[in-house]
Amino acid sequence: MSEDIYKEIILDHYRNPRNKGSLSNAEISAQDNNPVCGDRLSIDIKLEDNVVSDIKFDGEGCAISQSSASILTEMLMGKTVDELSKFTKDELLEELGTPSLGPARIKCALLSLKVLKMGTYQYLGAELPSDSDN
Amino acid sequence: MSSDIFQDIKNDFPIFSNQINGKDFVYLDSAATTQKPNDVIDSVVHYYKNCNSNIHRGIYSISIEATELYEDARSNIGKFINAKSSHEIVFTRNATEAVNLVANTWASQNLKEGDSIILTEMEHHSNLVPWQILAKKLNLKLNFIEIQPDGELILDKLDNLFQENAKFLSLTHVSNVLGTINPIKDIISKAHEHGITTLVDAAQSVPHMPVDVQDLDSDFFVFSGHKMLGPSGIGVLHAKKTLLENMEPFLYGGDMISNVSLREAQWNDVPWKFEAGTPNIAGAIGLGKAVDYLNQIGMDVIHKHEQELYNYAIDRFSELKDFKIFGLENKHSTGGVISFSYSDFHPHDIATILDGESIAVRAGHHCAQPLMEKLGVPATTRASFYVYNDTSDIDKLFNGLQKVRSVLT
Repeated sequence: MSEDIYKEIILDHYRNPRNKGSLSNAEISAQDNNPVCGDRLSIDIKLEDNVVSDIKFDGEGCAISQSSASILTEMLMGKTVDELSKFTKDELLEELGTPSLGPARIKCALLSLKVLKMGTYQYLGAELPSDSDN
Repeated sequence: MSSDIFQDIKNDFPIFSNQINGKDFVYLDSAATTQKPNDVIDSVVHYYKNCNSNIHRGIYSISIEATELYEDARSNIGKFINAKSSHEIVFTRNATEAVNLVANTWASQNLKEGDSIILTEMEHHSNLVPWQILAKKLNLKLNFIEIQPDGELILDKLDNLFQENAKFLSLTHVSNVLGTINPIKDIISKAHEHGITTLVDAAQSVPHMPVDVQDLDSDFFVFSGHKMLGPSGIGVLHAKKTLLENMEPFLYGGDMISNVSLREAQWNDVPWKFEAGTPNIAGAIGLGKAVDYLNQIGMDVIHKHEQELYNYAIDRFSELKDFKIFGLENKHSTGGVISFSYSDFHPHDIATILDGESIAVRAGHHCAQPLMEKLGVPATTRASFYVYNDTSDIDKLFNGLQKVRSVLT
């Protein structure tokens, strides 16, 4: 682990976050903290015909957690609720371009995905699978 | 004069002969745990290679040697903090276990519904959570000595806190985040005037400065071996002997008994009454060696060395833009710890980029979340010093911090 994890895409989204803010009347809405480092993240999603029509994230934290959230929001636009519930960590990590983050920082990268899954399962009224944050 | 002692000191610590990420290793996280000198490692290896056996019961030669080494370590550690007797030294796993021991024995026996426990806002979770649990169990109140933004305790309301059924005070000697040295001798003396029993969390003081438990007059006093060059898994509870004698045991089993029948048992003398089961023999021996090593340098010399490093660092870092040290105005700092924020860079990003330069610092809440809240930050980056650090480590940290800025902006 070193500065190698700070790929251009991560730094780009860290400096210029996309879709930052919140949405009122969002169908899907969730937030969580990473207690180890104090990262805080919320995601709001508007749906139209079961498809993501608008998405915002808000929060504060390290470059990895915040850029990962920004990148995730771009990836989710136009996806169906079913696709949200099936979205995998590998898809996100591949986009981040940092497959080997190490155990300490991978939680930062996956915080946004965890919040997405919490919100999506809550919307579906389903139980969150226990391995959902892995 | 002190610089001569510290010049070649890294050679005593084998970890510094390794390169990490292809660079010389700069270790600035000694408040979390310390590196181990050859003397300590060799003493642990010696035990396992030459006299590995159980203590206090073997009749054969190596068991006698192991018992001697274990008990010599106890008296060595007792002298190091100027305990009245080595029988006041109880070996535990660490400071945390020692706090839990007191919570589960003395405090459970002597505190009752409506009594209050006094803590401070700067406690490590290890000296907070055990008291929260006990308070819930026994319906006790928790009251807190507040801190000022510069990291010093607000002591002028002490008389109010010490009224109102206050029976027990547990506080840290030195803050693990800010390095503040609390005036615990005065606080303890005032507590005693009100009949309050005291516990001192000395995990961050005993490794870094001369400490005299008789002078402080603490009732209970706890610290961890791994923060003072010793092995992990060994810690110490010091307590006044009369207290120990009147306390129920913490854990029950072998070695802590004097006589056992099928339906009942009598307890061994102190301190062994509190050391049920086979203890961490190698750990105790290693900690005894660590104390020898620290004594060779001298605790006052170590304290001065850390303060020199602290002053050098503050001077160096004043050149950095948007660099803020927490508790900088504090005149009562050990000098062993610098907690800082740097622009709006997150501590985890700072620590990760420094790791790429082979510099180890701590990033996070340092097991002191209430204090972080008080400082108004979710986390800080912390650099902490010890005997093996020198100004070149601080220079490398300075360069590393410049790299942080260039990567993130």
